[in-house]
Amino acid sequence: MSREAVLTGEHFMTGDEAAAEGGLAAGCRFFGGYPITPATEVAERMAERLPEVGGIYIQMEDEMASMNALLGASWGGVKAMTSTSGPGFSLMMENFGLGIMTETPCVVVNVQRGGPSTGLPTLVGQQDMMQAKWGSHGDYGVIALAPNSPQEAFDFTIHAFNFSEQYRLPVFVMMDESVGHMTEKVVIPPADQIKLVSRPITKDKPGKYLPFKPDKNLIPPMIEFGEGYRIHVTGLTHDERGYPDVSPEAHRPLVRRLVEKIEKNADKIYMFDEHTLDDAEVVLISYGITSRIAQQVANECRAEGKKIGHLRLITCWPFPFAKVRELADRVKGFVVPEINMGQMSLEVERAAGRGVPTICVPNGGGEVHDPEEIHQAVREVTR
Amino acid sequence: MSTTVVNEKERVREALHHPKDTMLRDERLPHIWCPTCGIGTAVACFVEALRESGIPEEKVVVISGIGCTGRVAGYLRLDSYHTTHGRALPFATGLCLAKPELKVVVFSGDGDIVAIGGNHLINSARRNMNITVICVNNFIYGMTGGQLAPTTPPTAKTTTSPYGNTETPFNVPHLVASCGATYVARWTVLHIRRLKKAMTEALKKKGFSFIEVIAPCSTLYARKNRLGTGFDLMKFYHDNSEIRHGADTCDVQIGFQDKIIVGKFVDIEKPTFLERYKEIKVGGGK
Repeated sequence: MSREAVLTGEHFMTGDEAAAEGGLAAGCRFFGGYPITPATEVAERMAERLPEVGGIYIQMEDEMASMNALLGASWGGVKAMTSTSGPGFSLMMENFGLGIMTETPCVVVNVQRGGPSTGLPTLVGQQDMMQAKWGSHGDYGVIALAPNSPQEAFDFTIHAFNFSEQYRLPVFVMMDESVGHMTEKVVIPPADQIKLVSRPITKDKPGKYLPFKPDKNLIPPMIEFGEGYRIHVTGLTHDERGYPDVSPEAHRPLVRRLVEKIEKNADKIYMFDEHTLDDAEVVLISYGITSRIAQQVANECRAEGKKIGHLRLITCWPFPFAKVRELADRVKGFVVPEINMGQMSLEVERAAGRGVPTICVPNGGGEVHDPEEIHQAVREVTR
Repeated sequence: MSTTVVNEKERVREALHHPKDTMLRDERLPHIWCPTCGIGTAVACFVEALRESGIPEEKVVVISGIGCTGRVAGYLRLDSYHTTHGRALPFATGLCLAKPELKVVVFSGDGDIVAIGGNHLINSARRNMNITVICVNNFIYGMTGGQLAPTTPPTAKTTTSPYGNTETPFNVPHLVASCGATYVARWTVLHIRRLKKAMTEALKKKGFSFIEVIAPCSTLYARKNRLGTGFDLMKFYHDNSEIRHGADTCDVQIGFQDKIIVGKFVDIEKPTFLERYKEIKVGGGK
């Protein structure tokens, strides 16, 4: 029996499955997959579900291929997605960069595990946060969202598709193994209540259309192949016609735009949860699975009468620099627990400046923080 | 300006207009290829083959990887995409599945398709993706200045095999045929009519069609191996090519300055990936 693309109703499902359902609800009809723990269940769900809704699942030969297949499908006018984890994420980086350079909408779900290398295939990590920002060579802006529950895996995959379409780039859903393998209630709304964004399409006729001429938001309107436009799209530095132009004069404005199209639109991309920040003296900053433990710590501290707030990042990239800067003007310090040896905490530190201490609570991976480790860091700041 | 001069200018413009220009991005010319390079000839054959095939040009997308042949996509006035090194085939895979009414062509070099993209080549052939591949084989990495390729014949010199190649090269038609390609041919750029005909057939073929085009690289391959000019290489093709249609692809390995077996080796029918995918009965046919 075929099911609908949007499974409206209440479900009990994993984060991985919810990400797949979020993709389908966002209109994804192409998935290029490659099995990897702990992201395999996203691909399995898509392999089962896409034929039900007239879409295509194809298992590619490696992650370089799956990333590129997404780009091909996207230029064919179809919303496309893949999922992976650490080693596969590394392999995708080359062609993620191609997607950035050719401004191709698609979504990559990274269910993070412990690294480096093969590391901890079945256990949690948040060690790819900087790789999401800097992993492919060259300079560019990125968008990365971090869900902390299966419900958010569903919701944020839809957001990721909307951002990818609106800003024309591959967008990351930076999940982690704990969220990916956690089973919880997921509420899927009726299809007509899900807000979807489509890529800007040119109104220009073939011959008049300049495929890389940006609009006022720095986004060039797109076309799909096979409509008579006869355009060229290249990973080389190119001019507004899309033709290679490997000169500094062409390169600098292009790179600047690839950075600024995210930076200058960042206010529309930022999403975060704020908890008791108004009178906070110490602010926990966290994301993903760690935000659930951080929230527990914040609640416990408040119960003890400590003035603790919690800023939980939903959009990790672009980093909400101004928000942290503003908090830095009135708090005693930041505590940043994350399942890595200190990645987003570097960004917090950079925003906070020298006057306000940023204490990272590192965790090499494999299991989530013991709340006590975070309490200890809070005590250090409040001492 | 007198009318005669205007007419003369018109005449010159007319004379300079090449019949293939409408399918080339003439504003991008001159191209980057060296004099006597074989890639241009392969492109010329392709343009004619595409016309002959009757496939609407707006439904054709040409995808290239990196390298000298990797620049082909940029010169054709068709929808075209220039991928990273070796990745033209997976891009083509996504595109042809997303929009099956397109004719998707991968036009790239031997290093790009067979070495760094080798995994994509064998898997695309195995799946019988609906893609036509034109692989220009000049036995060397040209763009980077003449390094060892997976097709460099034994003993041939390159900048990274300065004492002669000690590796065994790929027998490319055999590789793709054994992986399940539906159409496999090899021609040199000397065989322009046969090459054009093969390209027309490949374009019209359903499934994974593959043409290996042997082409001279006079600047690097010929010079490194003291084989003379591009003309000398063409003369070599003339004297040493043997047409053997239906040859067992086991027997078409190319040695150094040895006989080149050319012809149509495989032409079979079988369902494509998409045809078989469309047969899926959701829920296991329950």
